[in-house]
Amino acid sequence: MSVPKSLRPPLRLKVLSNGFLTLWCIIAAFPIVWITIMSFKTPFDAFSANPLNVILGPDTLNKVDGLSLAEIAVGIALAWLLVLTARNWLPRQVVHYTPPGMIGFGWLVAALVFGIVTLILYMSVLPGVMGFVNPLLGPLGHDVLGLTTEHYQAVWVDRNFTRNFGNSMLVTAGVVAISLTIGTLAGYGLARSGTDLAFWLLIIALIFRALPHSVLVAGYLPVFIKSSEILRPIMGDAAPTLYGQPWAVIVVLVSINQPFTIWMLRSFFHNIPAELDEAARVDGCSHFQAFRRVIMPVMWPGVITAGLFSFLLAYNDFLVTSLLLDGQNMTMVPAIAGMFNRETTASDEVQAIAAAVSITAPLFVLVLVFQRQIVSGLTAGAVKG
Amino acid sequence: MRFKTFLAFVGPSLFLMLIFIAAPLVTVFWNSFHITQPVYERVEVETCTPGFLAPTCTTSVVQQPQLDDEGKVITETTFVGLESYRNVLEPDRFFRAVENWDWNTVNNIRFWKALRFTLVFTLLTMPMVVGVGLLIAIVVNGTVQSIKGPVIFISLLPFIITPVIGALAIRWLFIGDGILTQAMEGWLQRDIALFAQGWTIEILMYVYRVWHVAPFAFVVFYAGLQTVNQDTLESAIIDGASRFQRLRYVIIPHLMPLIVFVMLIHLMDAYRVFEEVIGFSSQAHVISLQWLTYDFLMPDEAGTRAISRASASAMLTMVGIIVLLVIPLRRAWRDQRGTAK
Repeated sequence: MSVPKSLRPPLRLKVLSNGFLTLWCIIAAFPIVWITIMSFKTPFDAFSANPLNVILGPDTLNKVDGLSLAEIAVGIALAWLLVLTARNWLPRQVVHYTPPGMIGFGWLVAALVFGIVTLILYMSVLPGVMGFVNPLLGPLGHDVLGLTTEHYQAVWVDRNFTRNFGNSMLVTAGVVAISLTIGTLAGYGLARSGTDLAFWLLIIALIFRALPHSVLVAGYLPVFIKSSEILRPIMGDAAPTLYGQPWAVIVVLVSINQPFTIWMLRSFFHNIPAELDEAARVDGCSHFQAFRRVIMPVMWPGVITAGLFSFLLAYNDFLVTSLLLDGQNMTMVPAIAGMFNRETTASDEVQAIAAAVSITAPLFVLVLVFQRQIVSGLTAGAVKG
Repeated sequence: MRFKTFLAFVGPSLFLMLIFIAAPLVTVFWNSFHITQPVYERVEVETCTPGFLAPTCTTSVVQQPQLDDEGKVITETTFVGLESYRNVLEPDRFFRAVENWDWNTVNNIRFWKALRFTLVFTLLTMPMVVGVGLLIAIVVNGTVQSIKGPVIFISLLPFIITPVIGALAIRWLFIGDGILTQAMEGWLQRDIALFAQGWTIEILMYVYRVWHVAPFAFVVFYAGLQTVNQDTLESAIIDGASRFQRLRYVIIPHLMPLIVFVMLIHLMDAYRVFEEVIGFSSQAHVISLQWLTYDFLMPDEAGTRAISRASASAMLTMVGIIVLLVIPLRRAWRDQRGTAK
């Protein structure tokens, strides 16, 4: 589309706005990029006063290991390839290979496989291949950039971060699955009912959404700790102590997330024309049959978006999980925050940075793959609230 | 849709919200007026220390928790009225301090300190988030098509990052001799310790929050900009409106519902400020209302949790957000009514 000449911005404004845009992109990305760089260096380099030392890592190069120019070039090319795959090839394959109605599950598998393949490529294939190629390349094969993965090893192997990761995955998967099942039904019901009751439910849900989570946790905690005594008269000796149980946390997070989920899904269902299920009803379907046969096949974009936000809530939560789970079942975020309460050495600090980068990496991939859905989810509530 | 079908669809969600949102509020309300404590009994204890000729023995009366047959501590729950609220609010100290215009004392009472920070935080970051978000949206809207996608991708990163981790990332850049502190020291030629006093930490928290939430505002406003009526814009140009006037009189009014929406969401989220306190470990200097409740709920050295005080502070937190929400909610209510009928 060509812009009329009178609408084109003057040069000064153009320079100014491009400058601002560059500045914003640097500000947005810098903290994340920087801690990623720090996580690959020895503490001496990571906390060096000279930014060049942090990037190039001379101390790391001396003491541990480094990368040659050739390795860097291949690594960047590979990263670019992976990004392209994730954005173009992967979505097509997922749509092609998953049976209709299972698309959410298909994405989950695809994301998992993609993550594992990336890890294998960078952790073993690339170093293995380049170990052979480097000596043949002369000056290009000399190590110039200090880089070490020892902090990642320390975090994941020695500190048993895998267990925290497993707990996080358990909680997150549970929250997404239950939250979507219940939320879709409620969202559909609310979107198709124009009664006063539906309206009041939405207003109450909005008030619930505003409640700080600590208010609710203050209500759960004493009950959860004593739950086996409270439930004994009803359930006998099988009465569980809810405190420290991942599934109790899943239910809590699902409930906390319900107001947001039903608002978002309601607005998605609002955009699906009501004539569609009315036609099905005329053909003799009940409301549930109409929902299952007509609405379910077309609702996936909205459900994926709502699922993404449920995922974020569960994955990013600190307050609920740190108060309702004990040490053994701890998820990743409280575990990282807990790394600071002890006497920390510089090495511990870099390990915490490595853990922080590890927890951010899946989110990075998530934005990469689902950028469009996230944007549509952010605007869904706004366009027609 | 019949009422029964509607209930079948909404039922599970409603049930969960009743059990896990409405019911806890009742528990919190009840707990805030009651205290559960172990029952203590007075026991005479004779302690003997070896001494010359005969051991020296002293008897003393100690308080110790009473145990039941299974060896568990017996607890009793008593109604204490407003006692817990008094413990949290410390009204005597507060009013005395207010009468004397003694700001330091007010700031030493944890609840008022947290309330002051939470309110200032909410009200200060709101215009910043809206402003920065709007600016990015307008600039991105004006650039070439090909870089819009990558810019949106980069902008989403601060929004999607785990809040505690995001705060930690900012902290690592600034703490001690962090890389940005070094840069500022080199620029200003003086020693800077950003985590040594309250106000610098607070500024970092504002910066972090704007960095974290501005992308959300940006994406919402950017979507709104796509639907600006081009005819109106053109007629504004024909009428000789300058660039700024077009922004002020055409674009901003068009975006107004979205600005209200972003402000409402931000009000709810900023009032919940909590992760910053954890990420920056700032509890010695800056605390928020959510953090106060969290701190009461965490077990202290003896392993007890101040449930009653936590409930009182939770109730007060809730009253705060309801007061803040009354005006925007009444507005949303009227709008909804308008469209529903």
